[in-house]
This record gives sequence, C-alpha cells and structure tokens, in this order.
Amino acid sequence: MPEYSPTPTKMSWSWLARMAWRDSRHNRSRLVLFISSIVFGIAALVAIYTFQDNISRNIDSQAATLIGADLSVSTNKPVDKAIKPLLDSLGEERSVERSFVSMVYFPKNGGTRLAQIRALKGAFPYYGNLETAPATAAKAFRKNGRQALVDRSLMLQYNLKVNDSVKVGELTFLIAGVLNKAPGQTGISSSIAPIVYIPLDELEKTKLVQMGSRINTNYYYKFADAGAVDKLAAKLDNRLEKYGLNYETVNTRKANTGRAFGDLTKFLSLVGFIALLLGCVGVASSVHIYIREKIPAIAIMRCMGVKARQAFIIYLLQIVAIGLIGSLAGAILGTIIQHFLPIIFKDLLPVSISTDISWLAIAQGVLLGVIISVLFAMLPLLSIRKISPLNTLRMSYENVNLLKDPARWLVYLSIVLFVILFTYFQLGSFTGSLFFTLGVAFAFLLLTLAAKILITLSKLMIRNSWSYLWRQGFANLYRPNNQTVTLMVSIGLSTAFICTLIFVQGMLVKQVTLAANASRANMILFDIQKEQKAPLGQLTVGEHLTIIQVVPIVTMRLSALNGKEVGHYRKDTTSGVNPRIFSNEYRATFRDSLTSSEKIVSGKWIGKATDPDNVPVSIEEKFAQRNHLKIGDHLQFNVQGMPVTAEVSSLRSVNWNRMQTNFLVVFPAGVLEDAPQFYAMLTHVPSERASANYQQAVIRAFPNISMIDLGQVLSVLDEIMGKIADIIKFMAAFSILTGLVVLISSIRISKYQRVQESVLLRTMGASRRQIFTINALEYFFLGALSALTGILISYGAAALLATFNFEVPFTASAGIAVGIFAAVSLLTVMIGLLNSRGVLNKPPLEVLRRDI
Amino acid sequence: MDSILKISHLGKSYQNAGRTLVVLDDINFSISPGSTNAIVGPSGSGKTTLLGLCAGLDRSTTGSVELNGIALDKLTEDERAEVRNRNVGFIFQNFQLLPTLTALENVMVPLELRGEKNIRPRALELLDKVGLADRGHHYPLQLSGGEQQRVSLARAFSNQPKILFADEPTGNLDAETSEKVEGLLFDLNRDAGTTLILVTHDLELAAKTGRIIRIKGGRVAEDIINKHNA
Repeated sequence: MPEYSPTPTKMSWSWLARMAWRDSRHNRSRLVLFISSIVFGIAALVAIYTFQDNISRNIDSQAATLIGADLSVSTNKPVDKAIKPLLDSLGEERSVERSFVSMVYFPKNGGTRLAQIRALKGAFPYYGNLETAPATAAKAFRKNGRQALVDRSLMLQYNLKVNDSVKVGELTFLIAGVLNKAPGQTGISSSIAPIVYIPLDELEKTKLVQMGSRINTNYYYKFADAGAVDKLAAKLDNRLEKYGLNYETVNTRKANTGRAFGDLTKFLSLVGFIALLLGCVGVASSVHIYIREKIPAIAIMRCMGVKARQAFIIYLLQIVAIGLIGSLAGAILGTIIQHFLPIIFKDLLPVSISTDISWLAIAQGVLLGVIISVLFAMLPLLSIRKISPLNTLRMSYENVNLLKDPARWLVYLSIVLFVILFTYFQLGSFTGSLFFTLGVAFAFLLLTLAAKILITLSKLMIRNSWSYLWRQGFANLYRPNNQTVTLMVSIGLSTAFICTLIFVQGMLVKQVTLAANASRANMILFDIQKEQKAPLGQLTVGEHLTIIQVVPIVTMRLSALNGKEVGHYRKDTTSGVNPRIFSNEYRATFRDSLTSSEKIVSGKWIGKATDPDNVPVSIEEKFAQRNHLKIGDHLQFNVQGMPVTAEVSSLRSVNWNRMQTNFLVVFPAGVLEDAPQFYAMLTHVPSERASANYQQAVIRAFPNISMIDLGQVLSVLDEIMGKIADIIKFMAAFSILTGLVVLISSIRISKYQRVQESVLLRTMGASRRQIFTINALEYFFLGALSALTGILISYGAAALLATFNFEVPFTASAGIAVGIFAAVSLLTVMIGLLNSRGVLNKPPLEVLRRDI
Repeated sequence: MDSILKISHLGKSYQNAGRTLVVLDDINFSISPGSTNAIVGPSGSGKTTLLGLCAGLDRSTTGSVELNGIALDKLTEDERAEVRNRNVGFIFQNFQLLPTLTALENVMVPLELRGEKNIRPRALELLDKVGLADRGHHYPLQLSGGEQQRVSLARAFSNQPKILFADEPTGNLDAETSEKVEGLLFDLNRDAGTTLILVTHDLELAAKTGRIIRIKGGRVAEDIINKHNA
C-alpha cells in the first residue's frame, strides 16, 4: 500500500476571514455584548493616558509659571554671610521671599487660623502672575506699606472683604486683595496652609522672627539668558550645598512636577488596568460559553475537512475583530471621559490642563485592548483544536484535560508576562511590577477560591424541606456552563474595592476623631518662647483648660557621625549616609521617660544622662534605617554653638498619627536643660467655641505663638480625604461598571439556556410568577454571595492596610457592610430581572422560535 | 483498485470507570467502488461507531481502515481532515448544516476549502438538482427538515466525493419527505458514480442498496449481497 503523502491545501486567509464573518452572523450582538466588558477598562486607561499626555504637555508649556522665575535658591536656615554676596549678585532681576507658618487673626470677627506667611520683596513672579482680585493688588501690596494678600479660602471661611484687616504677629495689615493663585500652588496646598502675602520690609516688625521660628528663605532670579541657567546652577551646586542652600530651575521643577504627576497617573492607570483585567475575565468566560455552543458547527466544519488550526483561526479572527471594536469604543469613551479629569483633579494640579485628544493614548489603549482580549480569549479558543468531528454523529463532547495542553500553559505564561511587562512600563520597577502581578493574581485566586467555597457551602445548605422555587433558584447557580464564579469574581472585586476604600477612609477619620475625644490633647501650641511659658500657662488655666504637657525643644545640627564630618560622607557614597543629615536642623527634646506614642525597638532607653561627654540618645527607628544609624554610633551635635557628644543608645518606633509632639532625636534629662530652647504645649479644648476664644486670647497676648487645632486638622483631613477618595472612587467606578457589564453579558449569554428551562417549566404548568421568583432568587443568591465575598475580602484588605500601612487599629462599620451588601444584592437582582424579562413576557413557543 | 474501503480486524473499545467497553470487535469487509451499501443493526450495535471509523472521524483501537488506498490510522487528525475533504461526503440524520451560513454557502464550503474557483454556478446547479435553486439565500432555520436534508445532499455531492457516508439520512423526516430524499440520494449517487455507505435501522431503505452488512454486538453478524441492486 502506498504511503499517503498529503498535499495540503493552502490556507486561504481570505476564506478564513469570510468564514469568520459568516459564522458570526446571528451572534454579532452577543459578541459585541461580551467584548463590552473591556470597554470601561480601556476607557479608563485611554482617559488616564490622555490626561497624562496633556499634563506633561501643559507642564512643559507652563513650567516657568510653576516656579515663577528662572532660578530659585532656598534654605531653611539663616543665610551665611559668606554666600550672601553671590546670592545678591545673581541674575538681572531678583526677589526675596521669607515664608513660615504662623497664626493670623482677623479683627473683623475675631477669627484665627494657621496660615503660611510669605513676606515678599521684588517683582516675583517673573513668569505667570499672582492671581488676585482686584488684579492690581498683586503689585500694589508691595508698595503701599502695610498691605496683605489673603488666600481666597481664608477670605471665604472668615467672610472677609478687601479692605478688611488681618493681624500677622504684632502688625495689622490692610487686605489689599484676594489671592486666587500663586505660582505652583494647588487647591490642596491652600487647604492645608492658606497663604498670606505681606511685604518683606514689614516682616521684622511683626516680631515673628525669633527663636524656634522655622523660616524658609527663597531667592528668585530672572536672567537675560534663561537658557544658560541650568549650566550656571549646576556649576554653583557644590557651593550652594556647602551653605545648606537648594536650587531649582525651570527644568528641574518641570522634571519634579512631571515625575510627581507621572507617579499619580501611573497609579491610576494601574487601577484602570485592574478594571480591564476584570473585564478580560468576563471575556474569557463569555468566549468559553460561546465556543461550547459552537461545538456542533465546529464539528461539521471539521467533518468537511477544516483543519484544527483553520477552525481555531476562524474564531480567533472573530475575537480580534470584536476586541478591536470593543477597544475602539473604549478609546472613544475614554477620550470623552478625559474632559472631566481636569475637573476631578483640579485641587491637585499646579497647572491648568487642556483636554486635547491624544492619538498616542488612543493607539496605546486600542493595542492594549486587542492584545489582552485575545490573550484572555485564547484560553477557551484553544479548546477548539480539540473538538472532534465525531460530535456530528454523537454529541459526546469529551472534556479533554486542557490542563495537560502545553499551549494552555503558554497562554497562562503569556498573560502573566504581559501583566508584568505592562506594569513594568507603568512603574519602571521590576520588583514593583512583580508584586503588582502577584497581588492581582492573588486577589483573583482568593476571590475564585472564596466564591467556590461559598458555592459549596450554599450547596450543602439546600434542604429538601425548602420549597421548590427556593431549591431551583439555588440550583441554577450550579447549572452547566454557569458563570457563577466569574460573576462572583467581577462583582466581588468591585465590591471589595469600594468597601475597602470606605473602611480605610472611615478608620483614618475615626483615628483623628478619637484623638479629639476625652481628655486627650486636641490643641498644640508651638513657638513658645522661654519667657512666654509661664504667662501662657496662666492664661490657659484662666480659660479653664488643662495643660497636658509642655515640651521643651532645642534646635541643633549634626556636625559629625562616628568622628567623620560631612566631607567624608560626600565622598564615600557606599556608607548609605545621606550628607543632607548634616545640613538639616534638628528639633530635639529631652525627658526622662518615653511617651505613650513611643516604643523602644532596639537598645535600651536611658532617661538620665550620667556622662556629659557621651550622652545616650534615642533615635526614631525609620530615620535611623534611612540613614544607616545603629546602636552605638557616635553623634556630634552642634547645639547652637555648643558641641554635645552623644551615642545612639536606643531606637524608637513612633506613632506619628497621634496628636502629640514627636521627635527624631530624644535626649535624656540632665544635658540640655540650660541650652537655648523654646516650647510646645498640649492642651485639651472642650468645644469649638472654647477653642476660638482660647485662640483669640493667645494670639492677642502672644502673636508669635502658633496653634494647631485638631478640629481644624480634622476638617482639612476630611476635605483632603474627600478629594482623594473622589478620585479613587472615580477610578473604582470603572471596575464597578465592568462588573455590571460582565453581569449583563453573562445573563444575556446564558439566555438561551434560561429560555429553554423557563419554557420547559411553563410547559409543565409553572406560572410566570413562579418563574419570576426562581430567577429573582437566583440573582439574589448570586448578588448576595458576590457581595459577601467582596465584603469579606475588603475586611481582610482593610485590616492589612490598617496594621501594616497606616498603623491604626482596625475598625470597620458593620452598618456600611450591611448597606453595601443590600445595595449590591438588589442591583444584581434588578439587572438580572431586567435582562430576562423577555423570557417571562412572551408565550413559550414565540420565545423558542425567536431565540433559538 | 479492488476496493474503495477496506476494513481489517477493526476494533474499538473505551475505558469507562476502570472497565473496558468493547464496541466493535474484529470487523472485516471491503467495499467496491461505485457500490451502494447499508450497515444495519439495532440501537447500540456499534454501527454509528463503525461509520465514524470508516470515514476517518475517529481512530480505531485495533485493526486498520484503508480509504481510497490511504491508511487512515497512520494519519494525524489534520491529515484525515484533508482526506475527508478530497474523498468523503457526509449526510447526517440531523442534517448538520452550519446555521450561520445560507443554503448556498453551505453547499459552497467544501469547494471553498479546496480552494476551487467559480464554485457558485456549481453549487447553484446542485441546489437546482435537489429542487432548491430558489432557496439558496435562506438560512437553515428558514427551511423545513426535508429542505435542510436536501441542502445537505447537495453539499455532500459538491466536492464530488469518492465515497458518501449517510447516517440515518431519513431518520428525522416524515414518510413522504423520506421517500423524496431517498430518491434524490440514490439518483445523485448513481449520476456521480459515488460509493454509498448508509447506516440505518430502516430495513426498507437498506433493501434499496446492493449490499447489507448487519452488525450485532459489535461484530459483523451477516453480510448479504442484494442481487437486485448490486
């Protein structure tokens, strides 16, 4: 017998494309429906990418207005006389600004508020404007003596008008105008510390510049040849650093701002990517069912001589085409959505953002959508190769063990590699992308596992004593080709996302609120001079308030570490010690015991110094880690001219979340008592009114003293958290919408099965109401189990975040959990019933004829 | 060539829950080119399994199948698909038309697969032969059972197969329609000179063929030459 040597027919791509087109007839709306799962993920990414593009374009074009000058030189310590001539000779035009935090007082209504005072001299800003109302006030306040510009938020909060007055330290200024925007200022920064501009010439007279005042000095320069500034700044770098001066040029600011927003948009694009992955799980699940339904058609084709690869390509082409359509729809939606992003982000942005269309972002989104939908659809598509032509004779579809299929593992590997690569390009860090991928994989696996466990548990719960409708509703969750796990993963993940967000927000706000309760300190006064300590104490007691703690603060600098000075560490880059620890000013305290927010993590706490030549100090744990400081290291401090030799005797963990004065360096009692010092005082004010009265009394008597009111911190925190939460909720909405689309498409895809079941039941005499109840119960179980899975996971995630990230006690509101549970369950039932109403409202035969 | 299909010691068994289930055992026969043949037997006798093996839809456990001189057992599934496309036509009990293709497209598919050109007139001619020239643009769902089976006949003959396998071709049709379809099947077969292998439990239909192979318990129980039709 001759050996058969086949002469294979050439694979005609045009025929395959034609077959793909023909085969998709009658299914196109379904195909589009399940690819719609990726639309919101792509939309989120395209919107973020476009936003990112516009940010970098706008930062490029507006960078000069961010800094307001060609070069800015700044320091937080007094400017050394030796460098002064240089600073006074740079540039063609120069301005000086000294800024610090202080209380301001509004005589009109007695309001007080911590503000950022900026004392300015010169024509700054050279690029952009101080945006004021009236516009002339920006220049006028510098020339007309005691005039000030006051931040818009302060004006609104204290109901102030132009020509009212503001008291800064011991001087009262006429409010010349409302400050709407200063260079580089964002909405959030003005919430935290609203700006008050005063003329620099008046600063001394405010008497706010004294011991303990932390004052920043900024020099702003305008050069005739702006192009040469970077070169000049780089040349001056070493000299400036020697005197503790930092510099910024338009280009360095551009890079820094770009990097900061790059990080933000990268983070948001990862959130969008999660929505996309979620949608892809939906796509994979829908394609799986689609292919199962296509088995007879594929078997017929195989009978007629279509090869496994050809059959595979026919369906692959369909997926590529609908992936492209879904991605294009997502890109269009994303391009529309990006118009709203500048509004959502407006309080975080230092520049105004345009909403131009970014073709690059659209191309990225479409490419990403096609690749990832094909990758995920590939898993069910691979099974096509295993469909036997025998299915034409007998529908005996053998479940081939696909796990043994190497191609399947190759697809899994490709998906993982793709996710790693995508996140690598977003994060720029291989470790970060690996952790993200592992985290996402873990979350999906955990959700799948939780969903499976819950399904098994509920299966065990079914009792024969239950009514038929309940049993049938439950049993529908395990029908063949069910998408219960997919739905539980997508709805569960969306629920977990939102629920975790709400829990964390609640915990952080609660943490601060807790601090406001009882007798804990809720007001900190700082910059208290030695001679003010006693009269302030009397004033406080006179207001019927308790002094909880008075903390001495001594400023100092580090002059040597283990006998070596800054020069050594500049040269030795392997030591891990940042030379900047020598230029920073330290605010240390001394005491004989630890506070309740501190805990020794290594070494031994020594509360009393016995050897003045080797003082045992305690260093904050994370500061020590950052600078490679360890127990036994010798530190030489310069305490305002007096050298003090210390040894690291202990490392402390500090809970910075507490309303308390915390320090990086704590000295024992018996060393610094006679050093020049100032104080911070902690007290508890029982009400908002008492707080206002006390603040007014303090500011009138001691204008230099600043106060932080916990109530105010709370409202600022609430505002900031609200703004951040809005952004995260906006991004999380894409996941939720994806979850809903997956739900809708799953119900639509399984409609044929449901129609058959319902028709059978109706033929056997079931009423519409009974079928409605069965369907409603099924969707309720689905929604309830998904919500439960999501909420359980959010409890875990919030607990982990609370313990390891925010270091606050874990609390979660059961009321919120119940509310979310009810909302998700109800929404699922509503969507489910809305999408199956066609099954209920039509006569059985009509439905069968139309849908089959 | 003496035979278009040669079956030697053919056996098929399945493993089920640790037990071996023998469906076919030591089947031997040869089919002459251009002949008409029927495989008959009661339900579960293994006749459909035998058809699947003969047509290269499945692999045997033992023995061999030689179709048009090609040993099918040595071929991969894709190579067998190629053999089917060049040599085999099928007719199924439940018609097995591609539901998303029109009647005309269904008839054209085997030819398109071979990369042939100008196939539309040929497909239309075949549809005309089965009396459905005006229904070419209809989808299977828009056709009656008899019409679907006639499209299926046109499709089966479109690639001019050397051998045609028909699995209970009238099993889903009423008596009157069955008669029409049977008539068409034998007429087309005769005109094309194709070898026909029918699998049926309808003895009246089997009697219209030249040879009847009766299968019982997975073995050939009887092999009768029908002199009237041979």
